[in-house]
Amino acid sequence: MGTAAAVLLALTACSNPDATGSTSAGNTFVVATSGEPDTLNPVLGYGTDGAALIFDGLVARDASNTLIPALAAELPAVSGDGRTITAKLRSGVTFHDGTPLTAGDVVFTYTSVLDPKVDSTLRSDLDMLAGVTAPDPSTVVFALKYAYAPFLQRLTLGIVPAGALEGQDVNKAGFNQKPVGTGPYRVTSWTPGDRLVLAANDTYWGGKPANSGVIVAFVADDNVRAQRARAGEFDAVELAPKLATAFSGFTVHRVPTADYRGVMLPMGDPVTGDVAIRKALDAAVDRQAMVTGVLAGAGDPAYGPVPPTSAFYTATEPAPVNLDEAGWVAGGDGIRAKNGQRAEFSLMYPATDSLRKELALAVTADARKAGIEVKPEGLTWDAIEPRMGDDALIMGWGTPYDPDFVSYKLFGGQFAGQGFFNPGSYRSEIVDKALQDGRDNADTERRKAAYATFQQQLAADAPWVFLTYLQHTYVVRDDVAGVTPRVEAHEHDVANSLWWNIHTWTRK
Amino acid sequence: MIRVILRRLAFALPVLMATSIGMFLLGAASPMDPARQYAGAAAFTMSEENLHQIRDNWGVDDPLHEQYLRWAGNLLQGDLGWSTSRHQAVGEVIAGRAGWTLLLIGLTLVVVLIGSLVAGTIAAYRRGGLLDRGVRAAAYAVQSMPSFWLALAAIAVFSLGLGWFPAGGLTDVRATSVTFADVAHHLVLPVTVLAISQAPWFLLFVRDSVAESLREDHVLAARARGLAGRTVLFGHALRTALLPFLTLVGTHLPELVGGSVLVETVFSLPGLGAVSVHAALGSDFPLLAAITLITTAVVLTANLFTDLAYTAADPRVRIDG
Repeated sequence: MGTAAAVLLALTACSNPDATGSTSAGNTFVVATSGEPDTLNPVLGYGTDGAALIFDGLVARDASNTLIPALAAELPAVSGDGRTITAKLRSGVTFHDGTPLTAGDVVFTYTSVLDPKVDSTLRSDLDMLAGVTAPDPSTVVFALKYAYAPFLQRLTLGIVPAGALEGQDVNKAGFNQKPVGTGPYRVTSWTPGDRLVLAANDTYWGGKPANSGVIVAFVADDNVRAQRARAGEFDAVELAPKLATAFSGFTVHRVPTADYRGVMLPMGDPVTGDVAIRKALDAAVDRQAMVTGVLAGAGDPAYGPVPPTSAFYTATEPAPVNLDEAGWVAGGDGIRAKNGQRAEFSLMYPATDSLRKELALAVTADARKAGIEVKPEGLTWDAIEPRMGDDALIMGWGTPYDPDFVSYKLFGGQFAGQGFFNPGSYRSEIVDKALQDGRDNADTERRKAAYATFQQQLAADAPWVFLTYLQHTYVVRDDVAGVTPRVEAHEHDVANSLWWNIHTWTRK
Repeated sequence: MIRVILRRLAFALPVLMATSIGMFLLGAASPMDPARQYAGAAAFTMSEENLHQIRDNWGVDDPLHEQYLRWAGNLLQGDLGWSTSRHQAVGEVIAGRAGWTLLLIGLTLVVVLIGSLVAGTIAAYRRGGLLDRGVRAAAYAVQSMPSFWLALAAIAVFSLGLGWFPAGGLTDVRATSVTFADVAHHLVLPVTVLAISQAPWFLLFVRDSVAESLREDHVLAARARGLAGRTVLFGHALRTALLPFLTLVGTHLPELVGGSVLVETVFSLPGLGAVSVHAALGSDFPLLAAITLITTAVVLTANLFTDLAYTAADPRVRIDG
């Protein structure tokens, strides 16, 4: 709690920088990850959920993933119709090159994302954004095409200096390799495939970082990263659960995530299209055994797409179904059948993903006990994609920030059959309305009610069998102080990992 | 000699063209979508329209011959194209990494050549002896070990167990500059592992061909003349055995490049090997095409040098190019 408070203070620029900075100056932390970004430009997709070390968004998230103002002086104001968002900028903020932050930089950042000539992977996330303007140098106004309740959650995107990029091809600018931001660290050097060296930004608006710099080592191979960690090269390292054992002088941190794995069941299949089969499957899978056996304990059972750590979470539990009553009667080999249709279906998984493979095998074994035959098939994504409408698939997704983010497209009837959005063509009017209400209403209580309805209906229809939430595992040197795990998203590399608040880390 | 080189160059052009066309055809046959690979996890939340725009920006949906002509045209102007997986000009990606791969391969080649010549010759001289049997057994054993396994084992023993060498990287992770001693210290394990994994071929070849030439007339004659054992071995037997060995070096070079890919990955070295894996996984054909072209050019050059060395070593050999 004390650390969380310290983090909050540091983020809101209320702390006295000298109090934390003087004792451990000259200290550089080394962290290691497999996820090397291919660009350091937020416009092109680097650290879009904040905690990007080099950049700040208008807003940031604290240790409990609650939005707090960052480059905005206070949380941006939303108009009554929900379609105009006004942000006042914090004054006196400068980029690493000394140029002052103005509203023009914010406008440039968001306009670049929307520009079709820019290879930005974020454009779909900002579908609702009609335009950005700067009525004066310290005010930014976002105009939305329609009311979008979680819009402020999209303002964590790092702001880039317009002056460094204007008039250039953003896709090819040298900035992408050696960027300039407003964040707690400036880039000293980046050797792709090796490491990223960051130095403390002594004039950081949130207070001088408590250490002198950060080195991010990129080690793609899990085993190699584990071995180098054992050799003592890193202060903090992300490792696969089975490799993350506490070696002397280090502590294992298991961080909860919103990243779930589950079985997507297509509505078009004669077997998985039957709600009785889906619910029987939902009740038959032994989630705890999967957490223990497949994830080496680094996970939590999952019953729905909203993680238990979210304020929007509603607990649901799979109810047992009597398949005999539903007409599925066991045959001689123990597999049920109804009107000559055997209870069997294919379960696809990406062959290179060993975790999904093991989950598929566990589902197969559990389903067998309920009299349902699952045939697991390991394939490439290209082979999987055309079959998603007809065959079940182990999928994974999830975000801790807002229930709208992924679920709107994943379970919305209007996205049925559109690529990865709602591949099983699940359609429920109740779910569609709940998802729309959650998006349209700014009021938190009404949103909570809408997402409660959504989760209950999802549990009743079981279009997916949710299996587990993953935990990300890190190993951290014992003398590091200030580590504050928070619920993580699927993506965690340089940005948004356990070291999201590394600018407040010190040595004991 | 100059005539030979010119003639070889004339032959190299069509080979390089065929290689690059082959690369493009492979790329077209690949079902992978570079835009999806580029987007990574975001691909799952992106609209098809967004992906389509990115493909449009890159021109990867254009007809194949247009893409090829555009690529070849740019190449003639010295522009290798744009790497979609690294988000950088291909030229820059390669310039930043080729040096380290060349250093790794060059050092390994020196170690392999010297090591296998010395060990192979001695083993041949004491045929059937303890050293010979030991060397052969070790060579067969190493040949059957995957090089990444050797690399992991080397890290386990020499970095974790004994703590003599770093487990990976090019420099100390905290180093502020690239110094010779630091890089050398980091390269000991990768070079040794790569050398050992490549050595069996060379070693067994040297051993057999020296053993054979030891039975040849001119060697027997030298012995009969009463020349010293060492003079006969290195001056007569090894010299005749060296000729086919040169060919082996030339043809084995691509295998060495292949081995360096694995070793670079395990030792987290920022070389071309690691980036080619990345490019292949990301369907990054401009980068793959450039790396393939460079590798082809290097192999062609190596073959040329082998042939030239051949003529220098054996006056009976004349090549017509």
